[in-house]
Amino acid sequence: MADAPNHQLLIHALGADLAPVRRLRPPLWRTFGWTLLLAAMAALLVWHYGLTPMLTRWRGAPDLAWAGIGAVLTALVAGWVAFSLGVPGRPVARAWLVLPPALLWIGASGVGCLRSWVAPDTVVAATMAEARGCLEFILAFSLPLSALLVWLLRRAYPLRPVLTAAMIGVASAAGSASLLEICHEFDAAATDLAVHALAVGLVIGVNALCGGRLLRPRRPIAAR
Amino acid sequence: MSAVLTHAPAIGVDGGLALCQEPVRVVDDSSLSDNQQADLRRAGWMAAAQAGDRAAYERVLGESVGLVRAVARRQGVPQDLLDDVVQETLITVHRVRHTYDPARSYHAWLSAIAARRAIDSLRQLGRRDRRELHEPLAVEQHADERQANDAAEQDERAAALREAIASLPPGQREAVEQLGLREHTLAEASALTGRSTGALKVNLHRALKALRNRLHGEH
Repeated sequence: MADAPNHQLLIHALGADLAPVRRLRPPLWRTFGWTLLLAAMAALLVWHYGLTPMLTRWRGAPDLAWAGIGAVLTALVAGWVAFSLGVPGRPVARAWLVLPPALLWIGASGVGCLRSWVAPDTVVAATMAEARGCLEFILAFSLPLSALLVWLLRRAYPLRPVLTAAMIGVASAAGSASLLEICHEFDAAATDLAVHALAVGLVIGVNALCGGRLLRPRRPIAAR
Repeated sequence: MSAVLTHAPAIGVDGGLALCQEPVRVVDDSSLSDNQQADLRRAGWMAAAQAGDRAAYERVLGESVGLVRAVARRQGVPQDLLDDVVQETLITVHRVRHTYDPARSYHAWLSAIAARRAIDSLRQLGRRDRRELHEPLAVEQHADERQANDAAEQDERAAALREAIASLPPGQREAVEQLGLREHTLAEASALTGRSTGALKVNLHRALKALRNRLHGEH
């Protein structure tokens, strides 16, 4: 049987293969880039729909504004957590930081259902079919946002690929929900909330399933 | 005493200028423990390695061996697998060295990678154990004489194979061990042995031919 491997031999081989590398930018930097893209998409939607309808809705029903702020914060924090998880040695417990903004987002959306008045410039979706547009919007925007995050993580080394991919899902679903807030025609209601929850759950689930595989660290390969 | 860890800017061959080549950390290390000072030193070496300094790289990898072994042992990796975990961790470090941020602990970064490799190794061991039938169970389930004879014959053949491998010239034996027994890829075996993939292939081919001749008398 083979003797204990000679580590020094391997170290020399790796040293011989050494080439300068471009360092991975810090997670905060990359989060900034992701935020810029989200802001650019928001700017396009605002350019198309205008800010006034959203501000009117928010003035009439502040819970909608809180839900929107919660969604934006969830998107940013989840994005930062995903980038952090891509660097070995960063605490995995950071994933819990997504919880407070997510609770604000979900809580404010839920509280909105208890209101006895309808927010200005909105209608109440009586059936899930009526709110189908929200589902399509969140899914359609989540796809490029998720793809972008996976691409931004291509040089990273996530030691927990499924958790990282789930965070990508949370970030892109929350990002899409934030964008939807700009042109959302439905008031908070159980049906609308259920459609949003379905869309967000789908995005997170698909990301965890597929993204986890894409991000899974490969078995070590030897130096070129 | 102040420690200023710097390294020269370098042009990266894998996609442009190496970024953030400013001094890595400036600290008053008189208040630091030995471990913290060692961590700072390794951080500086790794930063230099990211810029292409081979001597610093080999130093930091050399010092990493003990750290990786300690992490693997803590994870419960059996003694005979520790060296495999060390080698796989070193290869991983080589592949993902760009993810290290010299402003942070080298030890934390390395430990996270080593722990992952240790867990992978334990999982692999678990899978292998599940595939192999436990000996008492095997005897209980296959107690008939013919199968016992088969097992004895198999043991004899395994012993003959081990003997035949041991009699191979060193280069051929190494190729069989790395590629056949340890199931490393050509690239991995090349990094582990320092031989080119071409030489490994030739050695494996010759070894297999020699083994066939010896075990089956084929010419």
